Amino acid sequence: MRIYATLVYLFLYLPIGIIALFSFSAGRSASQMQGVSVVWYGKALSNPFVIDALKTSASVALTSAVLASVFGTMAALALTGMKGRLRVLFDAMVYIAIMIPGIVIGIATLIALVTVFDSVNPWLEPLTGYRLSMGFASLTAAHVLFTMSLVIVIVRARIEAMDRSLIEASSDLGASPLATFWQVTLPLLFPAILAGFLLAFTFSFDDFIIAFFVAGSETTLPIYIFSSIRRGVTPEINAIGTMVMATSLLLLVLAQTMLRRAGTSKQ
Amino acid sequence: MTAPTRGEDESQAPVIAEFVDTTKRFGDIVAAERLNLQIRRGEFLSFLGPSGCGKTTALRMLAGLETPTEGRILIDGQDMGDAPAHRRPVNMVFQQYALFPHMTVAENVGYGLRQRRPRMDRAEIARRVDRALETVRLSDFGPRRIWQMSGGQQQRVALARAIVNEPKVLLLDEPMAALDAKLRGEMQMELLSLQRVLGITFILVTHDQQEALSMSDRICLMGQGRIVQIGTPRDLYDRPANRYAAGFVGSANMLDATVQSTADGQARVALADGSSVTVFSAGDRAAGDRVAIAVRPEALRLSVSDSVDAGATGFAATITHKTFLGEHIECLLHHPVLGQLQVNVPRQAERSLPGADVGRTVHVLWDHGSGLILGQD
Repeated sequence: MRIYATLVYLFLYLPIGIIALFSFSAGRSASQMQGVSVVWYGKALSNPFVIDALKTSASVALTSAVLASVFGTMAALALTGMKGRLRVLFDAMVYIAIMIPGIVIGIATLIALVTVFDSVNPWLEPLTGYRLSMGFASLTAAHVLFTMSLVIVIVRARIEAMDRSLIEASSDLGASPLATFWQVTLPLLFPAILAGFLLAFTFSFDDFIIAFFVAGSETTLPIYIFSSIRRGVTPEINAIGTMVMATSLLLLVLAQTMLRRAGTSKQ
Repeated sequence: MTAPTRGEDESQAPVIAEFVDTTKRFGDIVAAERLNLQIRRGEFLSFLGPSGCGKTTALRMLAGLETPTEGRILIDGQDMGDAPAHRRPVNMVFQQYALFPHMTVAENVGYGLRQRRPRMDRAEIARRVDRALETVRLSDFGPRRIWQMSGGQQQRVALARAIVNEPKVLLLDEPMAALDAKLRGEMQMELLSLQRVLGITFILVTHDQQEALSMSDRICLMGQGRIVQIGTPRDLYDRPANRYAAGFVGSANMLDATVQSTADGQARVALADGSSVTVFSAGDRAAGDRVAIAVRPEALRLSVSDSVDAGATGFAATITHKTFLGEHIECLLHHPVLGQLQVNVPRQAERSLPGADVGRTVHVLWDHGSGLILGQD
């Protein structure tokens, strides 16, 4: 049993480990270890295309994560107050959004946006001199669509676990509904919202499939990596990949810690 | 429904809270039906009843956490109407305390004061919080986190958080339910002395008749959404209004009987086996009326000899169960006509009952004047 488990883990993580290992190679080959150095990290970080792609990825991830956290929390709060079939319907839609493959979201969003742009642009352009096109906004919107569902699920779980009488106690002590929200509801939900934010950020930062369809002229880091690979894998790609992975892992661990803290502070 | 047994002249304090024909329905379920009750300033009143009897609904309507479907609620003479909880001059101690886990003890206690508009001075808040913590004997616990406090301490924090606002009425929703028996007893005494010191009106919701009896000035007994009886603990125990009241507050033997004669609030009744006893009678009864009689298990005595004292009636019954309960022994007896009878024998009296074991037929003595005729349900 142990051996099988070890083999499964090896199969899963060995390739990733090798990429991380080879990123420290001093040689030119991406598939051989030739000495140890951080020269490729230096190269990657001084490559203006990499830095640009990193900036794009980071700002898309940040914007979409913030929006997803705000909208997701609002939706979670609203869903809690909802009853009956409507609630079941919305719940189902939230889970469907999570289960649908990225490629479907990507294509669907692309077709929808193109249709909208094509019908809006003919009269928008003469009026304002501005035309809608794929880019930062469409990419962010597509990411929000997906990551919002993650936030909803996480925040909802926290709301369900929250003691209703805390809200009543706040009200009983003279706090208006708005004051209760700021002083009780939000602070208690905060760890879950933060965890949702980190997950949303990680997802958006790592995403290639959706971005590939709706990013337009924008180049995110995963898109840059993909296009570079076509020109051949260098240790520089390994270095970039390792950095992206490390960032994502760090954020995931943070999110987990937040959720665990949210769980224990309940008592 | 029974009118308050305590006369108006006994309590001169003004009315602080009032239910006027208050009804609450949740869909088809009537949680509280036409409640009429006046609570006086400085009074300790308990809503007593089993779960689902409407006592918590009544309390929550006072707090503003539920809105009455019909009828009114007045606090200090003001119709509360649809006033939300945060605009009512009452505070509540919740069953599970509902302390804010993300705040310290002192922050919890000061929460109500921080909501005041115009804003209260920080130093003044701190001063009042300290005083409230001192009142509940938690002076040095202000900076602590809620989860660092024991159950009993959390209870006192919840209490401090409520009384610091100097509410006109303090509402307590089964505050002792989560405490172990010993702590509960201590807390009951503490609550009582706190109420004496503060002079605030306390309204307690409890399903524990012992708690209601030992703490309340008056008890409002509820059943199936209605008020069954309102009265002092002694009223409820000695003069239960009906079968339900007699059965819920303490235990009682209930027997069918026929009235033979009445005089001066007493009645001579014949039991099913033909023996006759004198019992208390509140209502108008005529000879020949079929009535239900209640007699407390501790009002009956057992005897192993056949002699019956002049002031008592006796009948033979067989002991079927004996349960040792510390201060008394609970005996269940079977009588061929009257059915099952419960008699509580005090420890000291047990010594005069040699051989009164299960299976033995003994004499049950019923002193004249014990027991009463119950009203209709």
